[in-house]
Amino acid sequence: MPGPPVSPPPSGPGPGPRPRPLLVLEDIVKDYASEAGSFRALAGVSLTVNPGEFLAIMGPSGSGKSTLMNIIGALDTPSAGRFLIDGEDTSAMSEPALAHLRNRAIGFVFQQFNLLPRLTARDNVALPLVYAGVPARERRARAEALLARVGLGDRGGSRPSQLSGGQQQRVAIARALAVGPRLLLADEPTGALDSRTGAEILALFKALNRENGVTVILVTHDPGVAAATDRVVRIQDGRIVDDGPPARVLATPGPAASPEVVAS
Amino acid sequence: MNAPLPLAPPVARAPAPGVAPLLGPMLAEAVAALAANRLRSGLTMLGMIIGVAAVILMLAIGNGVQGQVQRSIAALGSNLLIVNSGAARTGGGFSQGAGSRPTLTLDDAEAIARLPDVIAAAPSSGFTAQVVAGPTNWLTQVTTSTPAWFTVQNWYPEDGRAFSAMEERQAARVAVIGQTVARQLFGASDPLGELLRVRGVTFTVIGVLPERGQGIGGVDRDDVVVLPLTASLRLVQGGGAFRRFVRTISVAVATPEAMPAVEQAITELLRRRHGLGPREENDFSITNLTAVGQTFQETTGAISLLLGAIGGISLVVGGIGIMNIMLVSVTERTREIGIRMALGAPRAAIRLQFLLEALMLSLVGCALGVLLGTGLSLLASQLLPFPTIISPASVVAAFAISAAIGIFFGWYPATRAARLSPIEALRS
Ligand SMILES: Nc1ncnc2c1ncn2[C@@H]1O[C@H](COP(=O)(O)OP(=O)(O)OP(=O)(O)O)[C@@H](O)[C@H]1O
Ligand SMILES: [Mg+2]
Repeated sequence: MPGPPVSPPPSGPGPGPRPRPLLVLEDIVKDYASEAGSFRALAGVSLTVNPGEFLAIMGPSGSGKSTLMNIIGALDTPSAGRFLIDGEDTSAMSEPALAHLRNRAIGFVFQQFNLLPRLTARDNVALPLVYAGVPARERRARAEALLARVGLGDRGGSRPSQLSGGQQQRVAIARALAVGPRLLLADEPTGALDSRTGAEILALFKALNRENGVTVILVTHDPGVAAATDRVVRIQDGRIVDDGPPARVLATPGPAASPEVVAS
Repeated sequence: MNAPLPLAPPVARAPAPGVAPLLGPMLAEAVAALAANRLRSGLTMLGMIIGVAAVILMLAIGNGVQGQVQRSIAALGSNLLIVNSGAARTGGGFSQGAGSRPTLTLDDAEAIARLPDVIAAAPSSGFTAQVVAGPTNWLTQVTTSTPAWFTVQNWYPEDGRAFSAMEERQAARVAVIGQTVARQLFGASDPLGELLRVRGVTFTVIGVLPERGQGIGGVDRDDVVVLPLTASLRLVQGGGAFRRFVRTISVAVATPEAMPAVEQAITELLRRRHGLGPREENDFSITNLTAVGQTFQETTGAISLLLGAIGGISLVVGGIGIMNIMLVSVTERTREIGIRMALGAPRAAIRLQFLLEALMLSLVGCALGVLLGTGLSLLASQLLPFPTIISPASVVAAFAISAAIGIFFGWYPATRAARLSPIEALRS
């Protein structure tokens, strides 16, 4: 897969010439076919994300946040519109190229952790490195380093069932970072955690963004989480209805801010 | 939060590595996956184990039978025609026309010996007798014949010598004995020059035949005493001594190709000599031992083939079992497949993973089957009158066939796994 080499991006968008965008979404539409005809989950989403951004996506349940994240994560393909990552159009990519993209460029963190129960924490973290063709000794060394980075240096040999939810999510984050992707995607990463553990995970994302220059996009229902980011995108009915710094977006509850969501 | 440790550097944005470097880790995963489901894996492998064991056992028995038949034929002397007194009996065989009166004469044998392509013709009779040497005695098979017998049998004394044509004509009281008789009558001491009595007549042992082992049906062919025919006719067999009749004439033919012609020539010769009219039936029968051996070999070959086919069917059933369990496994592990795809596994890697699992099942099953089959073959060697033979080729073939079965029946489940869409697999 041709493309510019991944160099450590500048930490955060600084002054000067605008960097080349990491992600460009142009008029993304996603339709789901069902018995009752097709359902439009995304109705023309356009979004540009620059390297080093820390971005939160908010919106009521069913508004299309996960659908959007799956497209950004190259797990799903849009029905219409263009999605470019690092200047490359994903719709032109072959299946192995998309797998390669998921492997090298993107780290995905799920609400339900999605660790493989049979593997140890270390082997879970090392799994993407297997598909990257990294030799066994280096896989192990990197997995240990990453587990130490997320504060689980001593739990490499534990299986997911032996870890708490917060610890499992840290393993999942370490796994998402294993290959050294520039982009970290997290769909409600704190959704299955208590608020204290959630805050720790959020701090970890923030540190990764600030200290390592990883671009982070996370989906959250929690305004407190969104407030810790640099940019908040609000989605409703498959459309972006607001996009800006958290202080402003969170202060202007759009027509979307259903009480049910705020309450949760 | 801990001290800000640096992240591991990104893996260089190299082209996709392809599946070759995945072989090692995926093999390890296949082993782990099967080990995690030990009972299920074992039950799945049962079909392969039984199939492979059956094939190995059948081939070992088939090889053993063939080896035995070949040895028997070689030991009988190749290109052998057996002429028996009495009409051909349905069911054929080696029966010496028991109950019927001998119709063959020594002169018949001499006439046959003069036919083209005949190397030797040995007239012989046989009877069972108690043979006595000093205080010991032994019930054995006594064969009476001419020196041609040793040629026809391709069996010459290793100690001492065979009796000569002169000795035979003069009814010399000499005997050649087999290893079993030597052991039973004389133990460890040298039998040469010792005396033995057959039906009250004393003979001097002048030769001991080398060991020949078991014949078809487990007969001990070393349990034999060979006496000159004339002496036996006069002294031992008593009645009909001067009619010089024998039950059997064994004929050694020069080449296998000449055997049908010689058989025909013998038939014509004997009919003429016995004065049989065109309407009369033969008063003798001719058996082609090579043909009998071949028929026997073909029959056992067919039986092994049949049993091999049964083994083959259980292999296919085993393969279907593998396919079934792999389909179950793919369904159960759909989410795992989705996770792996999300982490960057291309479809080829997913296919490889499940193919290797199927292959492991079939190959481990095969290895266990080879062990079981070998054990059963060794057991069969104890129970059968001949040793079974496990050829390395059959083991190699078993592994090759099992690998083919693993790939063939693993392909569809593996492809099903690889075809899943990452997002749908994740949502399952
Ligand atoms: N595979 C699918 N087939 C049909 N409809 C789907 C499918 N996936 C999602 N949808 C629909 O698309 C819409 C958007 O779903 P999505 O999961 O993106 O919402 P969300 O914003 O992530 O919601 P939540 O906050 O509850 O996670 C929903 O109405 C959902 O029912
Ligand atoms: Mg969602």
